[in-house]
Amino acid sequence: MLRTSVTKLAATAATGAVLMAAAACGGSSSTSSEASTSAAATTAAAAPKAKVGLAYDIGGRGDQSFNDAAAAGLDKAKTDLGVDAKELEATAGETDAQKEERLRLLAQGGYNPVVAIGFAYSAAVGKVAKEFPDVKFAIVDDAVAGPNISNLLFAEEQGSFLVGAAAALKSAKGNVGFVGGVDVPLIHKFQAGFEAGAKAVKPDIKIQTKYLTQPPDFGGFNDPAKGKTAAQGMIDAGADVVYAAAGGSGGGVFEAAKAAGAKAIGVDSDQAKTADPGVQGVIMTSMLKKVDVAVYDFIKKFVDNAVVAGPTIYDLKAGGVDYATTGGQVDDIKSKLDEYKQKIISGEITVPSK
Amino acid sequence: MNTFLNRLMGRVKLGGLLAVAAPILAIVFAMLITSVVLIAAGKPALDTFGWLIDNGSQPRSIVNIVNLGTTYYLAAVAVAIGFRMNLFNIGVDGQYRLAALISAAVGGAAVLPGVLNIVLVVVVAVAVGGLWAAIAGFLKVRRGVSEVISTIMLNAIATAFGSWLLIEHFGTVNGNAIATTPIPDNAHVPAAAIVPGTQLGINTFVIVAIVVGIAYAVVLSRTRFGFNLRATGRSEPAAVASGVSVKKMVLITMILSGGAAGLIGMPELLGSSFTYNTNFPAGLGFTGIAVALLGRNNAVGMAIGALLFSFLDTSSDILQLHDISPEIVKIMQGAIVLSVIIAYELAHRYRLVAEQRRVSRELLEGAAA
Repeated sequence: MLRTSVTKLAATAATGAVLMAAAACGGSSSTSSEASTSAAATTAAAAPKAKVGLAYDIGGRGDQSFNDAAAAGLDKAKTDLGVDAKELEATAGETDAQKEERLRLLAQGGYNPVVAIGFAYSAAVGKVAKEFPDVKFAIVDDAVAGPNISNLLFAEEQGSFLVGAAAALKSAKGNVGFVGGVDVPLIHKFQAGFEAGAKAVKPDIKIQTKYLTQPPDFGGFNDPAKGKTAAQGMIDAGADVVYAAAGGSGGGVFEAAKAAGAKAIGVDSDQAKTADPGVQGVIMTSMLKKVDVAVYDFIKKFVDNAVVAGPTIYDLKAGGVDYATTGGQVDDIKSKLDEYKQKIISGEITVPSK
Repeated sequence: MNTFLNRLMGRVKLGGLLAVAAPILAIVFAMLITSVVLIAAGKPALDTFGWLIDNGSQPRSIVNIVNLGTTYYLAAVAVAIGFRMNLFNIGVDGQYRLAALISAAVGGAAVLPGVLNIVLVVVVAVAVGGLWAAIAGFLKVRRGVSEVISTIMLNAIATAFGSWLLIEHFGTVNGNAIATTPIPDNAHVPAAAIVPGTQLGINTFVIVAIVVGIAYAVVLSRTRFGFNLRATGRSEPAAVASGVSVKKMVLITMILSGGAAGLIGMPELLGSSFTYNTNFPAGLGFTGIAVALLGRNNAVGMAIGALLFSFLDTSSDILQLHDISPEIVKIMQGAIVLSVIIAYELAHRYRLVAEQRRVSRELLEGAAA
């Protein structure tokens, strides 16, 4: 009995794995060939101005969130600036040594500049940048310092302040929710800004907060089912606007909001455009974190020979964060939101980041 | 007791040529599966294997393979200690993460100087791993709770408990990472740059892994405790009949398995990161299960398996440089584990059938004569 059932199980698992693998490979190979043809089209005229090495965090190109935003910036650089690029992605549960090796491979392979996406590369960039003093490195979301490291940082709390204000203005019940992907300092910035914005509009507003997973479990950035459950709980407890600062888990938040007739707020990209078409209607606005702009800017500076080491902060003033107006659902409160925006830019309002 | 499970756990040995044929058959079969996947994806299979071997034989890669393999080997031994007794310690993952976190905090406090601090960190890690595993052992002995269920649950609890400890007590926020206080320079395990052609050093914790491997082999095959452990794994009633206290064995084995799990995070903590942070590698316990199966719970087999897995894992970037999806590495690892299981099973069945034929032939000859 045991023997036959185990054999069957193994056979099913093996077939399944092969099929899924074939599908996965098919998908990624088609995107990479698209990317390379578009690059070839532009580089045919002139030799590439730079060979960009880009190291993604877990998920890589195609995660519909953070990494994809970086990929969009890289694609724009390929078409507009005529650069060549090589993209490598991380695997789950890897050590710092593996991240270092990835950056070394790129630097040694003649890729310059090298861009690392995500704070997980902090230690690796710090170490490898020292070994290759002639290569320019950039890291998104981390402040590791070095003479050849540029830090692309975002004022997520400022963008979150605006969507927090929007949530409070739109909430009929005076009750809003915050769904954070993983309980890490980066997401705490989103929460702090959101709460400050909501309270600026309505000091006695009720704000419900929930983080989907605890580190080192980073699954909360890519678990729509958990997002849905969390959002449902908040809506049941009276919330009518929910902010999903949870990467790929946001899809579940949108579904829950749709089912209950509530509103949702997207994150990173303009999710009223990028989310599943069925739920786009519930996304009243999104907190835009323009990783694509930062990545493109950095590559452009490199091509122009104007790279500066140290932090560049993409805040409201620099247009690095913003709120989205797709769908026209916040048009009626736009003047109020823009007023807050001006106050933050002028320094009249200081948004807390913790 | 020549059952599938006993064969899977390496309790039944193959003799002679078959013992050599099975692993070779497995590797050939795994390469075939991988080739089919590669060709289906429109990638050159032969070139891919060439790139893998080329990358794996670079001096820098060799160092990385050995260092990562050290970690995988410790994980495999921790799992195998339980496996040999039919104890499925799925909780190795939670045990090592909690152990690494608490020992990192103790090491960062630097209550002892230099080498003594290293020893303290390792002792704390082993103790924490053992204690966490003991919960599952205790539940099994006292309440009959399946260790598979309890250790999986304890993994989740370890994650939540670990975050609470890190965020509320041990950790300080540094940019976007939360990390424990770094272990001071004088308590780092040195790296030995002994591979010519690279400055990268082999983590000297590899010595500890070798010692653990030898101890595992010797205790299991040369001591009374090892005999009792294996006997309990083969047949519980027979073990009871010969005076083995199964409950005591369960508890001790679980603690040993957890204690070994405590060592998994040590090469990374003492040789590379020097701190436990939110990016500390997770999931090594599950890699350990695969490597233990691959190595058939044999001390040398697991070492080969650990190196094979780390070789494949360090190849993921080089494949991407050639526009091959890094997922191919995971497929290869899965294919190898399945192939090894299938190849050994085929070899065992072949031997059984061959024996039966021989016996029946002899009987026939005897009847004819």
